[in-house]
Amino acid sequence: MTNKQNLSMLLGIVLASILASIFLLGSTFGTQDPFYINMANRLSSSSAPHWLGTDHMGRDIFARMVYGAKLTIGLGILIILLAMCIGIPIGLLSGYIGGKMDAFFMRVIDGILAFPDFILAIAIAGILGPSLTNIVIAIVLVKWIVYARVIRGLVLEEKQKEFVLASRLSYSSTFHTIRLHIIPQIFSEIVVMAAIDVGKIILLISSFSYIGIGAQAPLPEWGAMLNEGRTFIQVHPSLMVYPGIAILLTVLCCNLLGDGLKGYFQARKRRNLQ
Amino acid sequence: MKTVGKMIGSRLSQLFIMIFVLSFFTFLLMKITPGDPIRSILKVDDVSVTTKKEEQLKKEYGFDEPILKQYGDWIINVAQFDLGESLISKKPVSELILERLPATLALAIGGLTVLFLISIPLGVISSLYENRWPDYISRWIALVGASIPSFWLGLLLMYFFSLKLQWLPMMGRGTFAHFILPSFTLGMAMAPMYISLLRERLITILQSPYIEAAKARGISKRRIVFFHALRGSLIPLVTMFGLSLGSLLGGLSVIEILFSWPGMGELIVQAVTQRDYPLIQGFIIVIGFLIVLTNLLVDLLYMVINPQIQQGKEARV
Repeated sequence: MTNKQNLSMLLGIVLASILASIFLLGSTFGTQDPFYINMANRLSSSSAPHWLGTDHMGRDIFARMVYGAKLTIGLGILIILLAMCIGIPIGLLSGYIGGKMDAFFMRVIDGILAFPDFILAIAIAGILGPSLTNIVIAIVLVKWIVYARVIRGLVLEEKQKEFVLASRLSYSSTFHTIRLHIIPQIFSEIVVMAAIDVGKIILLISSFSYIGIGAQAPLPEWGAMLNEGRTFIQVHPSLMVYPGIAILLTVLCCNLLGDGLKGYFQARKRRNLQ
Repeated sequence: MKTVGKMIGSRLSQLFIMIFVLSFFTFLLMKITPGDPIRSILKVDDVSVTTKKEEQLKKEYGFDEPILKQYGDWIINVAQFDLGESLISKKPVSELILERLPATLALAIGGLTVLFLISIPLGVISSLYENRWPDYISRWIALVGASIPSFWLGLLLMYFFSLKLQWLPMMGRGTFAHFILPSFTLGMAMAPMYISLLRERLITILQSPYIEAAKARGISKRRIVFFHALRGSLIPLVTMFGLSLGSLLGGLSVIEILFSWPGMGELIVQAVTQRDYPLIQGFIIVIGFLIVLTNLLVDLLYMVINPQIQQGKEARV
C-alpha cells in the first residue's frame, strides 16, 4: 500500500513541476499579450508566434492560458487560505472549550452543511452580484464551515488524550495547550484536506465562470475561456480542448498530491509508533 | 414505531434550523449589499430612472421598512406557503419553481441510474481484483473522473456524440434522445466518489468473519461479492447518497445550463444574473425542503436495509 501512495506523491510532484515550469516559463518568456485583440488573425492554428493558435478574437491562446493559470490557481489557494483562517480558529475553540456554545454552534453548522454548497454559493454570488470577487467571497463563506466542522471533530478526539490532559493540569494556558499539543496532532489532516480542496475549488471557480457568474468576459479564467469558446466548438474545437485539459491536469495534480501526502503522513505515524 | 416519529421530529427541526439560518443570512446579505433590486426592475421595464418612480416601487415592495419587519413579513408569508413573486417576470415564485421541477427530477433520476450503472461494476471489479490491474484501471478512472470538470466532460460528449457522430441531439429537452447526454454527464461526474467508497467498503467486508465462513463453505468469490458483501455495503452507499444529494443538485445546475435543459438550475442562474431576490430566496427554501425530505427517506431506507437500526441499536458503520 505504501508503495502505491508514494507513487501518487511522485506522480503528483512530477505533474506539478511540469505544469509549474510551463506556466512559469510562459509568463517569463512569453511575448504575447493575453488581451491583445487582432481580428485579422482569428481562429488560427498553432504557429511560431502563437504556439496554441489564436481564439475567436485573435488573442494568443497560450498567453491566455498562462494568465489564466495565475488567476485560477492563485484564487484556489487564496480561497483555501481565507477559509482556513476563519474555519480553523473557530473549530479549535469550539471543540476545545465545548459546552453549550459549542452545541448550539454545531447545530447551526449542521443545518447549513446539509445544504448544497454549490447552490448556496450561487445564491450568495447572486445577491452580491455576479463577479469574480463575489464568487471568491461566496466560496469562502461556504467553505470555512467545512473546516470548522472537521477541525472541531479532530480536536474533540485529541482533547481526550493524556498529553493534553497533562498540559491542562499543569496550568498551561488554553492558547499554549492548543498551539503546542493540539495543532501538531491535527496538522497533517489539515494539510491533506487543503491539498485536495484546492483542486475542488478550482473546479468550482471554473464551473461558476463557465455558467457566467464568475470571471467575466475578457478575463482569461479557464472556465470563462471555455464559455467564450463554446460557440466555436464546431469550427475550432481546440478553443475548448486546451483550457479543459489545463483544469483537468491541475486538479489531478492536487488530488495526487493530497493522496500522496496522506500516505506520507500515515507512514510517518506508523514509524513513530514503532 | 416510536423511532419513526422521533426521526421525523429531528428531521423537521433540522429543516427549521436550516431554513431559518439560511434565509436570515441571505436576507441580511441582501440588505447590506450595495446596488439594489429596484434598479434592476427599472432596467427591465426600460423606463428612465426617476427618483419618484424608485420611491414608489420601494414602497410597493416594502423595501423602505426596517429589515427585521421585512424579514418577519417574509417568514409569515413563507409559513403560509407564499414565496412572493418574481421581481422580473411578476409571476409567483412557487409557480416558477414548480414548473421547472419535473425536468430537474427527470434528469436527477437519469443521472442516478447512470451513476449506479458505472460505480457498482467498477467498485465490485476493484474489490475482486484488489491491487491487480483491473483494480488499478478502475482506481485511475475514479481519480481522473474526480479531476474532470463536469461541464467540460459534457462539452466533450456533446462534441463526439452530437457533432461528430450525430447520434444524439446537442441540447434542449423533448425526446428520450435529448435525455441521454445530460444523464451520462451527471452520472459520470458523480461516479468517482462512489467507486472509491464502494471499493473500500467491499474490501473491508471481504475480510470479515461471515465472508470467511462463506468461503469455507466453498462458495465462489463472485457469488460472495454479489450476494453477501454488496448487501453489507449498502448502508454507507445510502448514507453517501443522502450526503451527496446536495452536490447532485449543485452539479445539475451546471449541466442544465450546458445542455439548455429547462430545469431549476437554469432558473436559479437566470435569477442570479437578474438579481431576482425573491426567486433566489424561494429557491433556497425549496431546495432545503427537498434535501430534508430525501434525508428522511434515507433514514427510512436504513430501517429497511438494516432492521437493527429500528430497534435503536447503534449499527451504523
